Amino acid sequence: MQNYLTEIFGNELVAEITVYVLNTIPVLAFIVLFVLFAVWLERKVSAHMQDRLGPMRVGWHGVLQTVADFLKLVQKEDIVADANDKALFNIAPFLVFVATLATYTMLPFTSIFVGSNADVGIFLVLALSGAVVAGILMAGWASNNKYSLYGSLRAAAQIVSYEIPTALVVLTMIMVYGTMNLGDVTEAQTSYFWNWGIFGGAGLGLGKFLLVPFMFVAFIILFISTLAESNRTPFDLPESESELVAGFNTEYSGIKFSMFFLAEFANMFLIGSILVIFFFGGYNSPFGYFGNLIGVDWLIPIEQLFWFIGKGMFFVFISMWLRWTLPRVRVDQLMTICWKYLIPYAFFNLLIVGLILLI
Amino acid sequence: MIKDYLKNTWEGLYTVLVGMKITWKHLFVPSVTLQYPEERAKLPERARNRLFVNINDCIGCMQCATACPVNCIDIETVKGAPVDMPGETSKGKKKALWVTKFEIDIAKCCFCQLCVFPCPTECIQMTDVYEYSEWDRDNLIYNYANLTPQEVDIKQLNLEKFQAEKEAKKIEAAKAKAEAAAKKAEEDKAKSEEKPSDDEKKEEK
Ligand code: SF4
Ligand code: SF4
Repeated sequence: MQNYLTEIFGNELVAEITVYVLNTIPVLAFIVLFVLFAVWLERKVSAHMQDRLGPMRVGWHGVLQTVADFLKLVQKEDIVADANDKALFNIAPFLVFVATLATYTMLPFTSIFVGSNADVGIFLVLALSGAVVAGILMAGWASNNKYSLYGSLRAAAQIVSYEIPTALVVLTMIMVYGTMNLGDVTEAQTSYFWNWGIFGGAGLGLGKFLLVPFMFVAFIILFISTLAESNRTPFDLPESESELVAGFNTEYSGIKFSMFFLAEFANMFLIGSILVIFFFGGYNSPFGYFGNLIGVDWLIPIEQLFWFIGKGMFFVFISMWLRWTLPRVRVDQLMTICWKYLIPYAFFNLLIVGLILLI
Repeated sequence: MIKDYLKNTWEGLYTVLVGMKITWKHLFVPSVTLQYPEERAKLPERARNRLFVNINDCIGCMQCATACPVNCIDIETVKGAPVDMPGETSKGKKKALWVTKFEIDIAKCCFCQLCVFPCPTECIQMTDVYEYSEWDRDNLIYNYANLTPQEVDIKQLNLEKFQAEKEAKKIEAAKAKAEAAAKKAEEDKAKSEEKPSDDEKKEEK
């Protein structure tokens, strides 16, 4: 595609930039569609877990409820209070959203579509999800509201702390797969499901079986710490409604609020897809492709997209399930979980996996 | 130390799973939601909702207005003149008063049902209607009286006429009585003038 565009524009730089811009469009469309669906799903799951029905009016069982809500949100007045720091206040939601969007471009949705097949893929994902903190801090500070500031300070403390176990597990994974490129990580787990990371990867022999329990521990740690990084319950202290109104987005309304919202839900799928890529074979089907069977090549990417989104949605569902099961942890418990439990476990895991890989 | 640590870890994970099992079960419990305008909960037999007054049976005794703790019933009556009596209730009780105004401010009503019990003709009752929101608060003042203002004027006039007649009769009667009394007094006087003669007679003895 880039070569083709270079021919049109006659300039490599312009062509390259155009390619990057074009690459984000399907990702953006995916995020918007996913969020429309996920918000509805969240409300349905929560409702049914509490023996309610949830939205039922707009569309079949309320499937279009989020569309209606979104239309309403867009119409709302964009309120900027006098005491707000205007510049920061306006940039913050876009920074948060753009950082999230940028992480999505690293994800290999299928073997033929990766927004940006960067060699430092997972590293960039970590860096960009760290950049979200800057946006959240900006939002809280510029709001000039004590609850917002509390929320964003908590968010900063939480994300920065949980970045460590995440990074340690990711380091373990990089050791196992020998690459940071998410596409290559996925490639390493092709064909059947026993090649998936959670079952010890594609290798054969003793090492594979020794790895299984430690991969499982790594999976649990990564799940918990990414959950905390995306500010989901039980780690939703930054926006704990019952204590801080709505945390860092208290002062936001209309389209800017929906930016935060979009980013939060997009993060949910991001967690899911990172877990899927490292432990559950990414876009790989657990048992061969239907397209291969009947010899239709173009079917394979579609199947891959299906498996990727399907597995991702499974983890999104699990995080919703957790949200409606667990109460919010206290701040000290939050820090205890991270520093006293996750980090030592992640460290030992890293060491043991390293030793296993050596033999 | 290390044992506690491992135990904590295990308990943390295990209790989360226990909780998740519970919520998973509830995912399949039939929901208790009623889709309100289409489905409604059955009201209890003696549910207290909007009041209804069968004005044809009302004898205007004001028991209900007196009983109401929030004074939301406003009744005005005019006595019926013999030429134009209000007729009977459905149970054959004679009415003596025209009910010219019967307003219930249902916005103030607290549904205590205290107005229902004292009614001698059982014409004020609780119904099962509970959806009667209005855009304007004034629309919640329900007027049950069925007389037009002209009719009210007529009743008023009738009564005044009757009372005037009665008054006139009374004055006449009083006059007659006064005359009779005067007559009697005179007679008594005449008698008493004759009476002292007894004493005189005695003294003479
Ligand atoms: S129900 Fe109670 S408050 Fe309502 S009108 Fe009757 S006595 Fe008054
Ligand atoms: S108590 Fe019954 S009869 Fe008496 S005024 Fe009230 S409604 Fe009419």
